[in-house]
Amino acid sequence: MSDGAMPTYVGMPSFPDAAREAVGDRRLRANLGRATATIRAKRAGAVAELDDWAALRESGKQIKDHVLANLGHYLRLLERRVTEAGGTVHWARDAAEANAVVTRLVRATGEREVVKVKSMATQETGLNEALADAGIAAYETDLAELIVQLGDGDRPSHILVPAIHRNRSEIRDVFRRAMPDAPEGLTDAPAELAEASRRHLRAKFLSAKVAVSGVNFAVADTGTLVVLESEGNGRMCLTLPETLISVMGVEKVIPTWRDLEVFLQLLPRSSTAERMNPYTSSWTGVTPGDGPRDFHLVLLDNGRTDTLADEVGRQALRCIRCSACLNVCPVYARAGGHAYGSPYPGPIGAILSPQIRGIGSDVDASLPYASSLCGACFDVCPVAIDIPEVLVHLRARAVESGPRHPLERAAMGAAGWALRSPARLALAQRVASASRNVVGRGGRIRRLPGPLKAWSATRDAPAPPPESFRAWWARTDGGRTEEDS
Amino acid sequence: MAIPWPWGGLRWRSAENVRRAVAGLRVRVAIFVTCVNDTLYPGTGKAVVRLLRRLGHDVGFPAAQTCCGQMHFNTGYRAQAVPLVKGFADAFAPYDAVVTPSASCAAMVREWHPRLVPAASGTASRVYELSEFLVDVLGVTDVGASYPHRVTYHPTCHSLRLLRVGDRPLRLLREVRGIDLVELPGADECCGFGGTFALKNPAVSSAMGADKAAQVRATGAGTLCAADNSCLMHIGGTLSRAGASVRPVHLAEILAATEGAPA
Ligand code: SF4
Repeated sequence: MSDGAMPTYVGMPSFPDAAREAVGDRRLRANLGRATATIRAKRAGAVAELDDWAALRESGKQIKDHVLANLGHYLRLLERRVTEAGGTVHWARDAAEANAVVTRLVRATGEREVVKVKSMATQETGLNEALADAGIAAYETDLAELIVQLGDGDRPSHILVPAIHRNRSEIRDVFRRAMPDAPEGLTDAPAELAEASRRHLRAKFLSAKVAVSGVNFAVADTGTLVVLESEGNGRMCLTLPETLISVMGVEKVIPTWRDLEVFLQLLPRSSTAERMNPYTSSWTGVTPGDGPRDFHLVLLDNGRTDTLADEVGRQALRCIRCSACLNVCPVYARAGGHAYGSPYPGPIGAILSPQIRGIGSDVDASLPYASSLCGACFDVCPVAIDIPEVLVHLRARAVESGPRHPLERAAMGAAGWALRSPARLALAQRVASASRNVVGRGGRIRRLPGPLKAWSATRDAPAPPPESFRAWWARTDGGRTEEDS
Repeated sequence: MAIPWPWGGLRWRSAENVRRAVAGLRVRVAIFVTCVNDTLYPGTGKAVVRLLRRLGHDVGFPAAQTCCGQMHFNTGYRAQAVPLVKGFADAFAPYDAVVTPSASCAAMVREWHPRLVPAASGTASRVYELSEFLVDVLGVTDVGASYPHRVTYHPTCHSLRLLRVGDRPLRLLREVRGIDLVELPGADECCGFGGTFALKNPAVSSAMGADKAAQVRATGAGTLCAADNSCLMHIGGTLSRAGASVRPVHLAEILAATEGAPA
């Protein structure tokens, strides 16, 4: 991918460096720990209510795999249906093309403001910045997105709750500082904060002539677009403006309405632990006298077809952006979303960003390693993406492709050489045992040399034993000549 | 899990019956001790040998064994892992069953060896983590152990979510004489070890370890038990640095302990 693929994130530090800072931020850790623990427990409850969850999950996986295997067919069908219903379809190879299309469409209306709802794809492309460069102001209308947008230089840190890193007193401060129509004496009571944002947004909805939306699902069979949200802002954005521009990643297409049955069960329970999604909006092209008069659909590739070419990695394209994997991830809970250097944080970000952007940058090359491979993400993923499998696969790609980490490469080579031969392993063990009194005191080592310092900075290591298991076995004939075995 | 074992479905009532049945079958069982246990925790390997012998099984140790290749594989060094996989398959080919005191290595072997080296799949399918071997193959939960201490059990991620050993280790521990088993809060959360993750992301890994160590201390247990020494090395090393007196002890060592020969 070109450097311009996700312009906002150029020059991010590698994951371990960014995460180190986040780990030191106690307030962030507390905010995140509390929030993810709550939603994690709720999700588990909501999923446990359905005794056919495993079957639903399998269906979701199968539908997505079927679409991915026939992507060209379904996208062309979608284009035909949307066009028949009075919409216009645009194909964008990458972020720059998508931004150019949207900018041109907004310019053509003569407007200088747009309202936005639910769009990760446009975060991925950096649309807001591109519009700003063209003198067009974009207003986010999801509450959490609004908080992030008003928080100068802030970035989303969660898929569903982009402002999860903020607590309510921080939100109050952001509103007081950056929301021009914030009421005097605004407190951090949730109801007051909600009311302030509601009034602020209402004015935007009523005046906006152009809206930009994301898409959760696109039904190829009928050309219908579907957006799920929980604040009602989607309803406003999708019906009030005269022009609607929707931007979707090409993998969001599904064959028929029937398939929605599966995803409308999987998604709400996985993401917000709700049985049913609060506001599900669907629209097909344009309807005279009702809603937007002009509808445009932008189909975004931006590295997705490259991802599709990877037999192991392509499963990441099944993702329905529920964020369940973030909420169970022990690494995410401590590193926070910003460390992932993209709009896609957490486990899904760790496998998606390096695929759609490539592993050219420090942050992207480090993302496949941003996991202890504990497997909690795979267990909760509603479309059964084997995230640990993809992580390990991408690690292999990183190792095979680049001259990164020469020290690690040398160490792995040496370890592999020793482990390939039992005699060499035994020799290494004898050396270790001989050094036990030098390196360890009281059976433990408090300081290790070289790269192993990263271990001993916070953890003791065991001193090597007087003899290895294999030495013991050889000496005692497997314990047979030893009394107490 | 399906067990490719002619008498896998049978359940014996006591260790005594197992001893008699197994003695009559002449099944060749090997221990895969793992490179970490071989080098750093020989006591765990000895405990497995002692325990299985007590249950009437003789155990072989093919000295050609070294490592399952997990560290290389999980870090992305696939080409380095392949010879280790082949070496593993050759070393254990003559055995009917391979028992290992590491859930993580058992998962690596069963899950990945066949995909890396198809010829290794036969051997790989005969590899059991210790608690699986005891509960599923031998059909025993009371192994005649004695361990009169307060113990808390950490189910490691790979035992829980890769091998899915479920409550097998707990069923074994519950039968141990004198044990005071206390529940670990947040048990299913990762301790932050993750192999080379502990070195490549030390800040996050240490933060996870510190949280896990705090949960362990909150139980008041004097012993922390798990089915993997690498995780115990991580939590134990964190506890030890904090000056806590909790002792990390592998499941095998508790199950091998008796009144006459305590762990
Ligand atoms: S990877 Fe799975 S769990 Fe994570 S956001 Fe996507 S669908 Fe949800």
